[in-house]
Amino acid sequence: MIRINVNGKSLNLDVPPDTPLLWALRDSAGLTGSKYGCGMGLCGACSVLLNGTSIRSCSTPISAVGNGKITTIEGLDDKVDKALQAAWLKLDVSQCGYCQSGQLISAGALLRTKKNPSDADIDAALAGNLCRCATYVRIRAAVKDAAKSLA
Amino acid sequence: MSTTKSTKSTLPRRRFLQQAGALTLAFYLPNARGKFAVTDAQAGTAATLEPNAFVRIGSDNKVIVIVKHLEMGQGAHTGLATLLAEELDADWEQVVIEAAPADAKRYNNTLMGPFQLTGGSTSMANSFEQMRRAGATARAMLVSAAAAQWSVGAGSITVTKGRVIHAATKRSASFGELAARASELPIPTDVSLKNPKNFVLIGKHAPRKDARAKSNGTAIYTQDIHLPGMLTALVAHPPRFGSTVKNFDADAALKIPGVVDVVSIGSGVAVLANDFWSAKKGRDALIVKWGEANAFKLDSSEIMAQYNMLAREPGAVARSDGDTDAAFSKAKKVIEASFEFPYLAHAAMEPMNCVVRFARGECEVWNGEQFQTGDQAALAHLLGIAPEKVKLNMLYAGGSFGRRANPAADYVLEAARIVQKINGRAPVKLVWTREDDMRAGYYRPMFFHTLKAGLDAKGKVIAWKHRLVGQSIFAGTAMEAMMVQNGVDHTSVEGAQNLPYQIDNLLVDLHSPSIGVPVQWWRSVGSTHTAFSTETMIDELATAAKIDPVTFRLDMLSEHPRHAAVLKLAATKAGWGKQLAASNAAEKRGRGIALHESFSSVVAQVVEVTVKADKTFRVDRVVCAVDCGLAINPDIVKAQMEGGIGFAMSAAKYGAITLNDGIVDQSNFHDYRLINIAEMPKVDVHIVPSLKPPTGVGEPGVPPFAPALANAIAAATGVRLRKLPLKLA
Repeated sequence: MIRINVNGKSLNLDVPPDTPLLWALRDSAGLTGSKYGCGMGLCGACSVLLNGTSIRSCSTPISAVGNGKITTIEGLDDKVDKALQAAWLKLDVSQCGYCQSGQLISAGALLRTKKNPSDADIDAALAGNLCRCATYVRIRAAVKDAAKSLA
Repeated sequence: MSTTKSTKSTLPRRRFLQQAGALTLAFYLPNARGKFAVTDAQAGTAATLEPNAFVRIGSDNKVIVIVKHLEMGQGAHTGLATLLAEELDADWEQVVIEAAPADAKRYNNTLMGPFQLTGGSTSMANSFEQMRRAGATARAMLVSAAAAQWSVGAGSITVTKGRVIHAATKRSASFGELAARASELPIPTDVSLKNPKNFVLIGKHAPRKDARAKSNGTAIYTQDIHLPGMLTALVAHPPRFGSTVKNFDADAALKIPGVVDVVSIGSGVAVLANDFWSAKKGRDALIVKWGEANAFKLDSSEIMAQYNMLAREPGAVARSDGDTDAAFSKAKKVIEASFEFPYLAHAAMEPMNCVVRFARGECEVWNGEQFQTGDQAALAHLLGIAPEKVKLNMLYAGGSFGRRANPAADYVLEAARIVQKINGRAPVKLVWTREDDMRAGYYRPMFFHTLKAGLDAKGKVIAWKHRLVGQSIFAGTAMEAMMVQNGVDHTSVEGAQNLPYQIDNLLVDLHSPSIGVPVQWWRSVGSTHTAFSTETMIDELATAAKIDPVTFRLDMLSEHPRHAAVLKLAATKAGWGKQLAASNAAEKRGRGIALHESFSSVVAQVVEVTVKADKTFRVDRVVCAVDCGLAINPDIVKAQMEGGIGFAMSAAKYGAITLNDGIVDQSNFHDYRLINIAEMPKVDVHIVPSLKPPTGVGEPGVPPFAPALANAIAAATGVRLRKLPLKLA
């Protein structure tokens, strides 16, 4: 049994220590909002927050999480996340939607550290989150819209 | 309501249900742990208005719109619901989407005959009448019910935003309040549709119905399905196409905790486990020896060399106008060029996967289902059951770009073979890793083109000879007879065969070699390569003729006013002819344009590029004009153009699947790169206002981008790039 803290709750998961956090979340904890896209930390679909930082859960073994606080898309509930989700709806950002949990996780991590991000800040924070539908134009606009609504 | 009346007048609705066959719809209710309980609910209870296969209204006042097409990002669900809700005069908020079951009798693509299939950018075009009629029919029955209830004439009743209103007596009712009464009325067969000027949803902004679920992690994809007792399967696939399993040693795999079985299924060896990670470790531990007797062992460079040889001989003629050879002999200037296009993987963000359950002679599938009729037939054949015994649950697809409509039902059958091999004792979720997905074939075919064009003394194109060499997508599929005629697969030459420019002497011919690499349609299909060769050649001819590329094209488009209008719109909005703002001395800037018709829509794009000192380039801005007929949801049209441009840019900059001794070189996103947010240009989309029936939107944004980019690079540097992906150094 490995104990991790996910979305403010303590979970005991019966998985081997080398299990990537993503698969522990998806297959054992039933939290399927974080997606599998590459398994190598290349696409960002699996992004979750570890102590507020966006990490790639597909290439993070559960044993490395320790007492860190994990937040998944299902646990996003602060005002920054709400503003981002509202902007995502307002601008109809999503197409297939598969990468968007990861996009929102990384966008939230950005906005909590930089209230008014420049294009370069957005590029740097989200360059690791690929979108095959190329919704990038709207992701950029939605991050800015959320920043404005929070100001 | 009297019993007698009820029995009598519900007959039409019952008759419909009988014709439709047993209509049972499954609902998947996520519990607190995100697992799925499966319950069956009988549709169409007595109090439910269900006048046709596309809409159901119950006393809860929800308008359930049944959508026959896959939602893979292109906005089909929202578009289909918009059509129906428009004629129903429903409130957009009360509309709920439900995925249609597999049933080609009711849910075939009306532009594809007997096939239930999402493809060819036809979801709106084939449903435009059908969904509006479905909505208008339901509306008429609600109005009749209200008229009877209030003893007023139906003509004096109006419907607005889900309220049925009799203004004179200030009475109104919701759809839910009228549904039971309406369900007892005969179904009208002759309903009239709105004048477009009265549209309140079509052409306006209806927010996407899938937006909320896709922004909070609750949208359910195949990857997210978890059934009680389900096993996860990973398959060890052969390294080369055409290889088979010779033998395997599963001892080490079976020792991995969580692994429950290892079975050979012809296309590979499947490791079944309780969860993904155990299955992955099991597959890593598995030892397989492959039979290579029929293995494909060429390099992609060898394939291209073969194509180059083939291109020296005439092919099957796709179009022949005038006398090309005679015209070339009169030409003052002749330009010849050849073009190379690699294999391309679809690389949807959700790698292919499928959940199959097979028990008591019935098969149930959970899938981002794009080709119901094909998958249902293939599964029925494999399992030896009737097609009606195969139930397909259409889930959201995490992208597809054509891949999930596989004519051989490849990954769907792979999942079913595993279930068959374990005698159906557990439902199985087949998961392909990114590497499996990248190396499984069914690529956009590799192509080689030669193009020769002649100009007369005035700079007019008088001769055009276009030869294409590449695998046929439709050869060997159930649709071959429909799509391949006189040796010409229409999808190999689309965009070249129907070149819109007025050129009196024009020849297009085709070689379709058989190569052991599986190929498939890839967002915009033949136009992925034909737009490039034709539109870069036109640009080169304009330069040779010393005529502005927009003027040069317009001079040849007098018979095609729609094309001309789109081209002009893009050029005007891009500020064509005005000087581009200067960059620093080490950089060169350029602007290029391309125009292409695909899926009955016409798109023009102007690309602004900056070529840096190190010969890399940055796309700064793309201005896009599109005529897609009536834009049902203009914001989704814009989104598809933006996304199509980004998708095309990944291919133009990086896209190539290459083979070395038959083995695919690429495996994941580090060597099959996609553009990221930092590379995405600014995109301005302009839609030509139109009341003509809607045409394609999902694919037509892709083709013009790469040629417009190559033309921009030529404008900046003078270098003509003719090999994809585009590289200056």
